Amino acid sequence: MTETTVRLPDTTRLVVSSSPHFHEDASVRKIMLVVIAALAPACLAGVWTFGLRALWVLLVCTAACMLVEALCVKLQGRASTLPDGSAALTGLLLGMNLPVTTPTWMCVVGAVMAIGIGKMIYGGLGYNPFNPALVGRVALLMAFPTALTTWVAPLASPLQWAGVDSVTQATPLGTPWAGEQLFSTWELFIGRTGGSLGETCVPALLLGGVLLIALKIIRWQVPVCFIGTVAVITGIAHLAAPEQVAPPLLHIMSGGLILGAFFMATDMVTTPLGRMGAVIFGVGCGVITAVIRLWGSYPEGVSFSILIMNAFTPLIDRYTAGKPFGVISHPGREVKL
Amino acid sequence: MTKKHLHFYGGVHPQESKTASGAAIVSAPLLATYVVPLQQHIGVPAKPVVAKGDKVLRGQLIGEPGGFISAAIHAPTSGTVKEIATCLGPAGNQLPAVILESDGDDLAAEPMPALDWPNASPDELKKRIAEAGIVGMGGAAFPSVVKLSPPPNKTIDTLILNGVECEPCLTADHRLMLEKPEQVITGARITARVLGVKRVIIAIEENKPDAVALLQEKAAGTEVEVRSLRVRYPQGAEKQLIYALTGRKVPSGGLPMDVGCVVQNVGTASAICEAVCEGKPLYERVTTVTGSPLVAPGNWRFRVGTPYAEAIKLAGGVKVDPVKIISGGPMMGMAVYSLDIPIMKNCSGILLLAADEVRQYESSPCIRCGRCNDTCPMGMMPGILSVQIEKERFELAEQWHVLDCIECGCCAYGCPAGRPLVQLMRRAKGEVMAARKAKAAKKA
Amino acid sequence: MTAVIILTLIGVLLGLAIALTVRYFGAPVDPLAEQVAELMPGANCGACGFAGCNDYVQALVSGKAKPGLCPSQSADALQKVCVLLGVASEGRAEKVAVVCCSGTDQYAIRRAFYNGVNDCHSAMLVAGGSKGCVYGCLGLGSCARACPFGAIEMRADHIAVVHPEICVGCGKCVTVCPRRIIKLVPKSAPVHVFCSSPEKAPVKRKVCSAACIGCRKCVKAAGENQMFINGFLASVNYENPPSADIVAVCPPKVLRTEAQPAASAASAAPAAPEAPAATTAP
Repeated sequence: MTETTVRLPDTTRLVVSSSPHFHEDASVRKIMLVVIAALAPACLAGVWTFGLRALWVLLVCTAACMLVEALCVKLQGRASTLPDGSAALTGLLLGMNLPVTTPTWMCVVGAVMAIGIGKMIYGGLGYNPFNPALVGRVALLMAFPTALTTWVAPLASPLQWAGVDSVTQATPLGTPWAGEQLFSTWELFIGRTGGSLGETCVPALLLGGVLLIALKIIRWQVPVCFIGTVAVITGIAHLAAPEQVAPPLLHIMSGGLILGAFFMATDMVTTPLGRMGAVIFGVGCGVITAVIRLWGSYPEGVSFSILIMNAFTPLIDRYTAGKPFGVISHPGREVKL
Repeated sequence: MTKKHLHFYGGVHPQESKTASGAAIVSAPLLATYVVPLQQHIGVPAKPVVAKGDKVLRGQLIGEPGGFISAAIHAPTSGTVKEIATCLGPAGNQLPAVILESDGDDLAAEPMPALDWPNASPDELKKRIAEAGIVGMGGAAFPSVVKLSPPPNKTIDTLILNGVECEPCLTADHRLMLEKPEQVITGARITARVLGVKRVIIAIEENKPDAVALLQEKAAGTEVEVRSLRVRYPQGAEKQLIYALTGRKVPSGGLPMDVGCVVQNVGTASAICEAVCEGKPLYERVTTVTGSPLVAPGNWRFRVGTPYAEAIKLAGGVKVDPVKIISGGPMMGMAVYSLDIPIMKNCSGILLLAADEVRQYESSPCIRCGRCNDTCPMGMMPGILSVQIEKERFELAEQWHVLDCIECGCCAYGCPAGRPLVQLMRRAKGEVMAARKAKAAKKA
Repeated sequence: MTAVIILTLIGVLLGLAIALTVRYFGAPVDPLAEQVAELMPGANCGACGFAGCNDYVQALVSGKAKPGLCPSQSADALQKVCVLLGVASEGRAEKVAVVCCSGTDQYAIRRAFYNGVNDCHSAMLVAGGSKGCVYGCLGLGSCARACPFGAIEMRADHIAVVHPEICVGCGKCVTVCPRRIIKLVPKSAPVHVFCSSPEKAPVKRKVCSAACIGCRKCVKAAGENQMFINGFLASVNYENPPSADIVAVCPPKVLRTEAQPAASAASAAPAAPEAPAATTAP
């Protein structure tokens, strides 16, 4: 090879940056899209159970959340954050947490609460202390308790449109326990019961949840500890008073427990960082859920439990900060702010 | 070899890309000019002992140690000192340098007398290591003689030779172990004699089975033990390596000698062997020149002071223009912007990255996914720290152990938000050290 | 209706409780301190050396500090403070910060594209930043963020510009700048040297076409002891500054009355090219 053919690099267009120069092919957008994909089976199950209106509610919530985020970002004068997919995910989760008969305008109000109040006023993705979808749902539950607790019985055909004339039905948890199950265990399992449109079908939710665990997007500790704690507490209560307390299996398979444990108590932004933190968070959610279900005035406590534990997240992080390699005691605990 | 290896916590497994591992080491041809920096090590720059116009011979001393933590510098070839000026270093800083014009004859100076190392006293060997200007060749370039002179209150019982080469792309140490196994083993035994230790371990990652087998064969019958370790970045980081081999944890803020260990790069061992057995000072080293834009990546024995441009020419030049040129490996190396930077004693590789291999950092907010927590081999919380540092709360960062950061880059490697975490840590470490210094100065 | 009455009553009672608490348990407030505090700018910038305006007021009232330490206080307010405290006014030289660099994108070469934390200190850690001149303004705005008065503008052509009409001379930017190129100078000084590089002229010119070349023309043109050369860099003697018309003699136009004007749309250098597009890692 002669000197002339050797081409030296052009040094005028080089980039300098800090190490490392290799990166894993990971992005926020990818994570959000995988979670959305993991929710797809449960959404389909919701449509199958509650008809086409379920699809409408999901679409309205998703579109409204994206619109609100786009608007907020525009007002704040920042670049669009829609491509990261977090607004779409919040919208989808909000829709899944609503009854199929929720009026369209109410869905929009929920989206405004979720994205506007739950997320953007804190500065957007990464800064919100509470799970935005749950902020939206709980705001609606407080403001419109009747609409949010009117449950339609599963429809005969997915092509039907659930409306005011549909047969209503109490949720398994909404009916006082009278010593016997209203629904068969199979009905509970596949979600042929009243409830929020995305929370009833256990196998579809489990499919998505296991996918997320396998892809290491969520920590298994959260759902296992959450569901386990609810099972243990309701199990003990059931053994103590079988006439007043439903068996733990019913508690696990009804209400938003599976949905909440796999998809909302695992939201990255609002839950602790480490493994130990995940265990504490899961157990805390489980205890609060069980307490609300057994002794509270609401039949269902998953949303509240997750929001309450969200508030404890910074504290959990501080106290579970592992001691670094080679450090004897952890001064992080002595940090005074 | 049946002993179970301990695993350090965390770590990542980046794509290895060791394309140059099959390329045998070639001695680089003589150049017309060498730019020999007088500070190729951590510590005080060397003091030049030659002046403009002086004739020097290869291996002749041109810079003597400028202090306790400093190292001697030798001429890479024979020729005339053109100038004593400055040159650009890999960190973008100006370094004092001797510009040497080669006379093309490459005449060697009288070598130092070879030492009969098994019978030489440790002090004699140490003196030779200092005279030969040997520094840690793995990257930090800490003067070896200082490392080999632990304070009397520390007992050293283990010498670890680091042949892990966990950085992707780099193959210089691998080739050296394959081509000069005797040198590496002899260097290890000399070092062991200096330290007076009986236990010598050569650590190699499992992805270099040929080197493991060869060194095991050559080390048979000596006190040197060769161990293969699982492939996990940063297996070659001092603290992680000591833990994996001995189960000892270097205390926070401490040094390997605090747990009775000394860790040395295989390249350094080879250089020690050459200095002691042949009397040859350290003026050349094996460096990998690699990266997808290059025509012919490979490993060369470069003389210190060879500009990067010459190294890239040897590798056949580039097919496409790189976006990044890195001094060192992809995980811990420094991005440079000039090809005038000379190869120094600690330069283990020159890496070129094309546009499709580089990901830009973004300053997007932390989404608290926790990946950095899981991969940080020091068990720190880089995510939380980075938020504190962005708010310039350095005191808080100090309490959260930012000084323990080894800057391995595992956190930023996997960060989905693309945050420049290592840069933030480096910033905070600098600020914390400066604050400590100011505090100490105030007290005094 | 009852609810309204009850709430009103609770409101009145609580209000009364607050009033009584303040009346009987409140910490005594020095009326003098209150008056002095009203004359403070209230920016809490810390330039006086105290933790904030209130802290300084306490020191003033107790006689531990002299008036006039606050750079952002107007002369009128300072006079009033002196009257209140009953001390003679010593006056105060008003200072202003100047970024001593002319290296906008138009003049200074860029040696590499910097990608990382958007902060001057952090950029210094990566190959010393992206500008060719190691004494030039990095243009990432650490000073602008540190300025409590918003007096520093970060221009799109990568240079910081101090607006002297807003700057009060608190000096925060001076300590923050990692390149140490911001100087505090008397507000009355008419001209400044907008270059900080002590290098030899050829070295400087290689990286920046708006650098002081050390030609000494200003020194000759200025009166006795008004300008001097420090190494290869001219500097103004701020004790005895030359008049503004000296700027005409400076060949590279580094000696100026104000910061580099922003390149006009017509003569602007082509916009800095974007860093090469990079996709995700393999």
